[in-house]
Amino acid sequence: MSFAKVFSPQAIARALERAEHAKAADVRAALDSGAPDAASFAALLSPQAASMLEEIAQAAHRATVARFGKTIALYAPLYLSNDCVCTCTYCGFSLGLDITRKTLRIDEVMREAQLLAGQGFRNLLLVSSEHPKLVPPSYVAQCVRETKRVAHYVALEIAAAEVPEYRQYVEAGCDGVVLYQETYDPEVYARHHQGGPKKRYAWRMDALERAAEAGVRHLGAGVLLGLADWRFDGLALIEHARYLQRHAWRSVVNVSLPRINPAAGDYTPAKPVSDAQFVQLICALRIALPMAGIVLSTRETAALRDRLVPLGITHMSAGSSTEPGGYAEPGTSGEQFHLEDVRSSVVVAHALRELGYDPVFKDWELMAASAQTQTAGV
Amino acid sequence: MTDPFTLGGRSFGSRLIVGTGKFSSPEVMADALAASGTEMVTVAIRRVDLDAPQNPITDFIDRDRYLILPNTSGAADADEAVRLARLARSAGLPPWIKVEVIPDARYLLPDPVETLKACEQLVREGFIVLPYIHADPVLAKRLEEVGTAAVMPLAAPIGSGKGLKMEAAIAIIIEQALVPVVVDAGLGVPSHAAAAMEMGADAVLVNTAIASAAHPARMAHAFRLAVEAGRTGRLAGRAAELSTAAASSPLTGFLRET
Repeated sequence: MSFAKVFSPQAIARALERAEHAKAADVRAALDSGAPDAASFAALLSPQAASMLEEIAQAAHRATVARFGKTIALYAPLYLSNDCVCTCTYCGFSLGLDITRKTLRIDEVMREAQLLAGQGFRNLLLVSSEHPKLVPPSYVAQCVRETKRVAHYVALEIAAAEVPEYRQYVEAGCDGVVLYQETYDPEVYARHHQGGPKKRYAWRMDALERAAEAGVRHLGAGVLLGLADWRFDGLALIEHARYLQRHAWRSVVNVSLPRINPAAGDYTPAKPVSDAQFVQLICALRIALPMAGIVLSTRETAALRDRLVPLGITHMSAGSSTEPGGYAEPGTSGEQFHLEDVRSSVVVAHALRELGYDPVFKDWELMAASAQTQTAGV
Repeated sequence: MTDPFTLGGRSFGSRLIVGTGKFSSPEVMADALAASGTEMVTVAIRRVDLDAPQNPITDFIDRDRYLILPNTSGAADADEAVRLARLARSAGLPPWIKVEVIPDARYLLPDPVETLKACEQLVREGFIVLPYIHADPVLAKRLEEVGTAAVMPLAAPIGSGKGLKMEAAIAIIIEQALVPVVVDAGLGVPSHAAAAMEMGADAVLVNTAIASAAHPARMAHAFRLAVEAGRTGRLAGRAAELSTAAASSPLTGFLRET
């Protein structure tokens, strides 16, 4: 399987062009028609749909409650390293930027993990920039194995890898892999990824399939909004997620749609996305992917995050730090991006309860088979 | 008339089993459990923090009132289900286990081969085993043979609320079963539960239909009434179903006239 081989940017562009003239009936057809081809969801991203946002939001809300109930899973990112060999125009860790670089030692990783566990988190996302020498697969696997002692669910948001590396991570206890394509527009992708292994657009696009092949149970696809046209990336993300759901049928597919905000590189988004467009995209993703989790990061403001919860969000980070070592010693190394929602996990959980949602800190319980036999002796 | 439901050597006054996922808060869940009249609630082991002193779910379940039925949700093969079951038992949860082996990430349909394997192993280890299965009559018999305490066929995919889509197959399972049959998953409204009980199911399990209702406690109460109505209707012995009307003044009545 290879999504990169079947994905056609031209077909996406054509579907969006047609959708520019979508009528209310086309939008309603996309709302009601169950599982049409991905292109028909273009109507949900259309200007016509923008004028029907409340109707679409109601449908998105119903679909979310039906599948996920009134619960929001909370997780915390744990940054392992900001040493990076990639040049990505928008990223605070990009090669050559003058920031304090750091790759955590295992004991430092565990100090961070224990702090997060103390706050109630049982779901960790280990995040790292890309550096084959300083952040090799053996180090990543060790980080997974160790953090799995205090967390029940450990996912990775790190460099794209090959199947054997992903197997190594799964054996260490890795439960999920998050890997954003950033943008599905090949020209924009080339412009923003100027150096390092991340330049390989198609290889990155197929990385989640390789992870699934290695037995990774949760896959996170996503786009970084602000780089390319949001409608294009939204529809491409829908196609990709649907492809993964069919081909990697054993894995849960989640999607993320972070919006660019200021980082050390001072990148200004070429294609800024308004709040209304952001809401339209969240609702479209929910309708098109009723069984996918939708992840919301702390890049958004607290006020907006609270309003987005009923629309289709199922997973939120909280109390986050985006610098390596930032929970134990904030301000000692460069951050990847600036946080908008700086509320602690306790405050976020309280806000969710006020909204009538149950904040879920733990929703997973599977040790790696190897780790289980060691600890339980069975 | 008392009509206890016996399962795994234990007697239950209610034939409604309630799931604990998807509720907006533990308090809402606790109210719904009370309104449902249930005596058995299923809890996903993956949601319970077995190491923590406090648990947002199990702390709200009165163990004197409800039997906690741990389930292996999240397991994708037999090994994982067995490990989860052992983990629950070693953490002090009852040795009852609802076996869910679900490799399918979207429709959440169970794997029959791995389910059978997991059940065989768990029965050997002394668990009271309740497998969640597709409505497959042969699989139900195979599970009964390895010693499961019940079989739990799905009415429709989990959370779908579509009702008794598997009616014909469930009817065969009920007709053949030597262990209790609990219809699990897909019941969307109280009438679905009543229909399952009228068919002869021994009990039903409901989660999403209650948890995602606008008023969970009220819906839980409605399901309680529906299960009781369906069961009572079953025991009352229904009038025969005919494809034509039966006239109360028969056409040949005159022959007996004198």
